[in-house]
Amino acid sequence: MPSRLHEWVVTVDHKRLGILYIATALIFFAVAGVLAALMRLQLAYPNATFLPPDVFNRLFTMHGTTMVFLVGMPFFAGLANYLTPLMIGARDMAFPRLNAFGFWIFLFGGILLYLSYVTGEGLAGHGTAPDVGWFAYAPLTERAFSRGTSTDYWILSIILTGIGTTASAINVIATIVSMRCKGMTLARMPLFVWLMLVVSSMVLFALPPLTAGQVMLLLDRYLGAHFFDTQAGGSAVLWQHFFWVFGHPEVYILMLPGFACASEIIPVFSRKPMFGRPAMIGATIGIGMLSSGVWAHHMFSVGMTASSNIYFAVASMAVGIPTGIKIFNWLGTMYGGKIRFDTPMLFCIGFLFQFLIAGLTGVMLAVAPFDWQVTDSYFVVAHFHYVLLGGLLFTLFGALYYWFPKATGKMLSETLGKWHFWLLVIGFHLTFDTLHFAGILGMPRRIYTYAPGRGWETLNLIASIGVIFQAAGVACLVWNIIRSLRKGKPAGNDPWDAWTLEWATSSPPSDYNFAVLPEVRSSRPLWDLKHPEDPDWRYE
Amino acid sequence: MTPSIAANATGALQETGALKQPEWTLPDRGRVAVFCLFTTEFALFSIFVVAYIFYIGKSLSGPMPSQVLELPIWATICLLSSSITVAIAERALKSNQIQRFKVWTGVTILLGLEFLRNTAVEWSHLIRDFHLTISTNLFGTTFYSLVGLHASHVAIGLMLLLLAFVLGLRGSMRGQARRFELLAWYWHFVDAVWVAVFTVVYVIGR
Repeated sequence: MPSRLHEWVVTVDHKRLGILYIATALIFFAVAGVLAALMRLQLAYPNATFLPPDVFNRLFTMHGTTMVFLVGMPFFAGLANYLTPLMIGARDMAFPRLNAFGFWIFLFGGILLYLSYVTGEGLAGHGTAPDVGWFAYAPLTERAFSRGTSTDYWILSIILTGIGTTASAINVIATIVSMRCKGMTLARMPLFVWLMLVVSSMVLFALPPLTAGQVMLLLDRYLGAHFFDTQAGGSAVLWQHFFWVFGHPEVYILMLPGFACASEIIPVFSRKPMFGRPAMIGATIGIGMLSSGVWAHHMFSVGMTASSNIYFAVASMAVGIPTGIKIFNWLGTMYGGKIRFDTPMLFCIGFLFQFLIAGLTGVMLAVAPFDWQVTDSYFVVAHFHYVLLGGLLFTLFGALYYWFPKATGKMLSETLGKWHFWLLVIGFHLTFDTLHFAGILGMPRRIYTYAPGRGWETLNLIASIGVIFQAAGVACLVWNIIRSLRKGKPAGNDPWDAWTLEWATSSPPSDYNFAVLPEVRSSRPLWDLKHPEDPDWRYE
Repeated sequence: MTPSIAANATGALQETGALKQPEWTLPDRGRVAVFCLFTTEFALFSIFVVAYIFYIGKSLSGPMPSQVLELPIWATICLLSSSITVAIAERALKSNQIQRFKVWTGVTILLGLEFLRNTAVEWSHLIRDFHLTISTNLFGTTFYSLVGLHASHVAIGLMLLLLAFVLGLRGSMRGQARRFELLAWYWHFVDAVWVAVFTVVYVIGR
């Protein structure tokens, strides 16, 4: 056993690092989920006294920070690591050791964040976690208002995970550009790989503003600099700009890996090639570019000039165009297809519905005057949970069911998978549909309790009951994974009758992936192989 | 899919694709990675430059840049010419002239050190004579962080050059031209950033 542990610690194999990333993401997901459940418990009734306000502040800070930086980002890195080399017919990533470095520095960053619960200094004395919110607006984070070290744990852990993510992104780009097997032209590359290329490029541009902002904040806190110190002429709004110049592309950095998974799963389970493949690639690049110019729609209520408001409103709505193209691509793929409703596909269908609604509330929020009304309310909370839970998490769960057989050689149970899906759907809608209304009725986000008589009680109670269903759904997944690892049905190499190269390897793939490096002639190399009488390359 | 097909998968893929294809060459992964590194570093410097420009003239108290800053002409000459010397070293290594490589790498290191020495002299002058530190005013805050960020990149480049120089002395640089090329690129990048920093801090900001 120690030697097996040792193998995992020293590994530079992209598949093992991919599994490590995803396992870590799932553990942090469970932790952040528990934090969320505690908050919903506190908010189930008005005037509840289950949690004191300072503890509540720490809970939402840690929940948000964990979900974005320690769940969403490693899921991207894990999927990209595991699948990219297999899909492009390579034996490993371009820089295996950089890959291991990226993972361990990310994990260290995550551990550092949670160490604050033991060693951080803050309002509650020893053992105070960060409590400044996941976007940590200045001047709250300045030394005068956030004494002690808890905020520094937040700063440093995010800088560290950012270094890890940047290392991953560089590695993914170099792998995709330089390691493709013979014949794997850009035009033939699987959509998953295309989207990962776009995400990684976005990481290169989007993470530095965050890192720079964090460094400036540290300089302010420890060397007495004045970047965000309003008393010395500094600007607290500058922090908001730097944070959201990172923060909005970040939403798409989180979301595009979900699109990437859906773009592999939906065609396979519709038994049709992707509809409008070039449009899909173009729309992805369009999203990548547009998303870097819309950041200040998070800041309408700060009070910008009218022309800025107009620009950021219009630009934000414009993102809806390429996103809409994608939705049509997926629907067009399903249209007329022989759809198989296995668990991965169920999750993708749930994603399509929920992400559409998330997009629509997004367009609503892009209208500056509407945003002034509901900014920092539960409407916004419901909107971005629709994006990240209803959209991203559903596709990631779909991906888990789809690629788990490849990574482990065992099938996950379909019955448990369907329980997982339906419980999560019910729980998700109970919680987040109702919170939209609580927001419109004026319930602000981040309050630790509320007085009765404002029409929020029933909505909040329903939202909290939804958490029970969501937790039950996730419990089904955990049990499903444990059960399958022990006595799951053997998966075989290609359980879904799919078309990309990873299914041409054994399950799990051998250390070197491919005994002979493959050569491809179309975007569905495995189809060509299985149907020599009617290969795709004939039509290219 | 039957197991037999799967077992033959890679082989058969080879077969179907073996028909007359042009040679398959892809960009060098090291060059791609270094290019990505420059992209992300460019974004990082941009934010510090934006902060610098945003805060020009917003300091509530002195000293102001026009009172204390002098054009670092000599330092700039040193750094920019070191781009030429590192290119000579790179060519020498490519054509296996190790002696020449060592000399020009050494010259590059000296020029880089001279640049850093000038920065150190400038900073100690500002701190001692004008009492300008990072916490004095917004000018001090943005000046030391932007110039310091660049200087730290010069320092990292110098360490790597020193490593290459020592390896050259020990005779282990033969055949490493491809790697040294990436280091030279990095050095050119640091120089290019200096042109931007110089323009913003000493021309526009003064």
